[in-house]
Amino acid sequence: MTQPLLEVSGLKTHFPTAAGIARAVDGVSFTLGRGEVLGLVGESGSGKSVTGFSLIGLVDAPGRIVEGSVHYGGRDLVGLSTAALRRIRGKEIAMVFQDPMMTLNPVLSIATQMRLAIEAHERVSKAAARARSVEVLARVGIPAPESRLDAYPHQFSGGMRQRVAIAIALLHRPKIIIADEPTTALDVSIQAQILAEMKALVDEIGMAMIWISHDLATVSSIADRIDVMYAGRIVEAGPVGAVLRSPRHPYTQGLLESLPSRTVPGEELRQIPGTTPSLTNLPNGCAFAPRCPRADTKCQVMPVESAAAERTWRCHHPETQRSAA
Amino acid sequence: MIAKDGFLGRFLREFAGNRTATVAAVVVLLIALLAIFAPLVAPQDPYDLANLVLRDARRPPGYVGTTGTLHLLGTDSQGRDLLSAILYGLRISLEMGLLAGTIAFSIGAVVGTSAAYLGGRFEALIMRIVDLQLSFPAILLAFVIAALLGQGAWQLVMALVFAQYAYFARTAHGAASAERHKDYVEAALSTPLSARRVVLRHILPNTLPPLIVVATVQVASAIALEATLSFLGVGLPPTEPSLGMLIANGFQYLLSGRYWISIYPGLALIVLIVSINLVGDQVRDQLNPRLKR
Amino acid sequence: MLGFVIQRLWQAMIVILAMSVLVFCGVFAVGNPIDVLISPDATQDIRAQVIAQYGLDQPLWRQYFTFFGRMLQGDFGESFVYNMPVTQLILSRLPATLELVLFAVVGASLLGIPLGMYAGYRHDAPAAKIIMGLSILGFSVPSFWIGLVLIMTFAVQLGWLPAGGRGTTASLFGIEWSFLTIDGLRHMLLPAINLALFKLAMMIRLARAGTREIMLTDTIRFARAAGLSEGTVLVRHVLRLIAIPLVTIFGLELGSTLAFAVVTETIFSWPGLGKLIIDSITSLDRPVMVAYLMLVALLFVMINFFVDLAYALLDPRLRRARA
Repeated sequence: MTQPLLEVSGLKTHFPTAAGIARAVDGVSFTLGRGEVLGLVGESGSGKSVTGFSLIGLVDAPGRIVEGSVHYGGRDLVGLSTAALRRIRGKEIAMVFQDPMMTLNPVLSIATQMRLAIEAHERVSKAAARARSVEVLARVGIPAPESRLDAYPHQFSGGMRQRVAIAIALLHRPKIIIADEPTTALDVSIQAQILAEMKALVDEIGMAMIWISHDLATVSSIADRIDVMYAGRIVEAGPVGAVLRSPRHPYTQGLLESLPSRTVPGEELRQIPGTTPSLTNLPNGCAFAPRCPRADTKCQVMPVESAAAERTWRCHHPETQRSAA
Repeated sequence: MIAKDGFLGRFLREFAGNRTATVAAVVVLLIALLAIFAPLVAPQDPYDLANLVLRDARRPPGYVGTTGTLHLLGTDSQGRDLLSAILYGLRISLEMGLLAGTIAFSIGAVVGTSAAYLGGRFEALIMRIVDLQLSFPAILLAFVIAALLGQGAWQLVMALVFAQYAYFARTAHGAASAERHKDYVEAALSTPLSARRVVLRHILPNTLPPLIVVATVQVASAIALEATLSFLGVGLPPTEPSLGMLIANGFQYLLSGRYWISIYPGLALIVLIVSINLVGDQVRDQLNPRLKR
Repeated sequence: MLGFVIQRLWQAMIVILAMSVLVFCGVFAVGNPIDVLISPDATQDIRAQVIAQYGLDQPLWRQYFTFFGRMLQGDFGESFVYNMPVTQLILSRLPATLELVLFAVVGASLLGIPLGMYAGYRHDAPAAKIIMGLSILGFSVPSFWIGLVLIMTFAVQLGWLPAGGRGTTASLFGIEWSFLTIDGLRHMLLPAINLALFKLAMMIRLARAGTREIMLTDTIRFARAAGLSEGTVLVRHVLRLIAIPLVTIFGLELGSTLAFAVVTETIFSWPGLGKLIIDSITSLDRPVMVAYLMLVALLFVMINFFVDLAYALLDPRLRRARA
């Protein structure tokens, strides 16, 4: 196997709060190969977004990375100086967020925002910046980009705004793009479009992508591999087809069963009972045990990671056969 | 009742969590006690003319007067013990601030709430006036009114109320109209419940937290305003020397280096106002749901 | 845009009209200028003659219309005290106040916005806490007392700066200004600082609150994720976003400072409008009071207008809505 593009190991990001330390990310390891699309799946509060921010050192204070490493291009990004990190952000590793309404600056024109992003890494003339912006906007599917460049974010529709945000992320042709729920805030029909376009762009440019989502359905249509996160840890990982066909971890199974498409019309939607645990007060053993149908006394000890055929899982009672659904 | 105690208890505990605000609250309390018991605490009754010895006028801090009294902070232009004058002055300043604040609070709450409740033309007209008034600085309004009404305690209170009620009215109106248009109030109004009951039980209680926040700020600013007006000579008559008047009286001696007559009453005033503002800041942070995380 | 301007001008005119009625009636209601104008032992004939001369025997509405008609021509009558046209009197005092206020407010903004942004950006740093502590002080301490302390320290004790007056002035556009001479600037420094402190505190608090709030938004996160430096984030994104509330306050403060200058001008014997209005109120100089209040009203209307205009320029979302 060739050297992976990005290698994350034992990453822990903690937030001190009044109620104790919130272990948002608690020992996450994964690798990302060149051109590979990794789906990072979990419920809200599972630590998937914080994982994304941790990779490029954008964890909000007072949170910080307390352990682990993020190897990229022969360097460990954890502990890199702010200036060095800044040179990587946007240029090597870019990021796209959930709500384009919130990410674009409402009082700056698209041209200005794109120019600022270009100038963050290169010295270019205004005209060159404009030409490059137009080119990238056209690439993400903005019609008549030349005339739209001087518009402001509020003059775009939701889907177009997200395309602009994606264009800004693509300006420097990064090696990796981290997409944090980029379609969640959009209409369903637009979601599918953006999804398809992102997939095409990734293939075309040859970037790798980490697609963070709570939605298994979108992940299954874009990702090559999938990591399922629960309470700050990856509980199951593997090629997307295999994991979805025969999930090993009861949590993955629960997620799959709660998909509306898996439910027979007229039947009640299945849900995982209970709620995500408080990150400041995690149980000693398996964090999913209180909600797990198969939990027993064994589960009070943290299960070690098992691995077989490109797949890993963290469970004392993994499902070995294909689930009935 | 239990719920209310619970809220109060939680409120006080959270308040005690901020050390600066707690110290400030203690200072405010202490000043209030000193002001109330001024006749008992003060070394001298500054208004008893028999006590005043002109030979002792404008003496520096620490001077021992001809009658043997120690003037810790010195004496003013008439030989009054400055410390005593400050204690009595604090009393007048606090009185004026609280009186004006309370009246402005009541008028503002009634005007703002009824405008929000009645709506329509009345609301538009009232709030236009309030907004117009707010666009003028309070000091200017108070100054013009005080000047037109002439010197006197009640005239001054009226001027302060006139300058300040608008802040309360705007706040009460904002909170009340937000509440007025919530579904549950609309629903309550459509039932045979009396309108008065709806206003008293639902709308008014919701306007209280923001009004209390405004009140702390406004009492502090009323005290500052009163001092400023008295300093400019349109506030209280010389028979009721508030802190502002003491400062004004000392102003003419400042240039000749007799700083204490102006500076010490000023310090007392500042400690009082800063403390009230610090308490107000904390109360605002605690009552503001947006800052809660 | 043009429609917006016309609409706002129309509104401004109505406000001015309403203010003129209010001010006229308000000032009319209190005090009898006759007692000020004529000595108590004047004969009945002289009394009647003076009353007629000033038009005080006319019914109130008549007097108002006379007043209003003259006002439109810029004529506010003659000062009872100074025996000169009020318009001329006010115009002669305006530059002194104007230069003082501009210095104070611009200075406070130039200093307060960076300080406040720093305090919001690094809100846990000791320097930020010191800045905030000072701003609470600046907010709380009555400005007349600060004026006294400034005089005591810099004029009396240290003897560095003069305690009052305008100093030497130089002429520009036919108007005398203090800021054109060194001596004038020296005279202006203390009163300008006195006026500026409160504004400084306010600018700091506003800039800090805005910066703190905006630093937590996804806009900033996204900008950082694109590799923008912290300096660019602060100057290009944050400053641009907090500019809208800051411009409002700048405008309103400019207006209120023109009025608030009353206190500072009194302490530092600065011969501006503030001192004029204090004197005219105490001497019941009715025409001056009316003219001053109308001027303040006009000023506020104008400032509100420009603030709205600046809003539209700063916030593209409003530009479309109002166009």
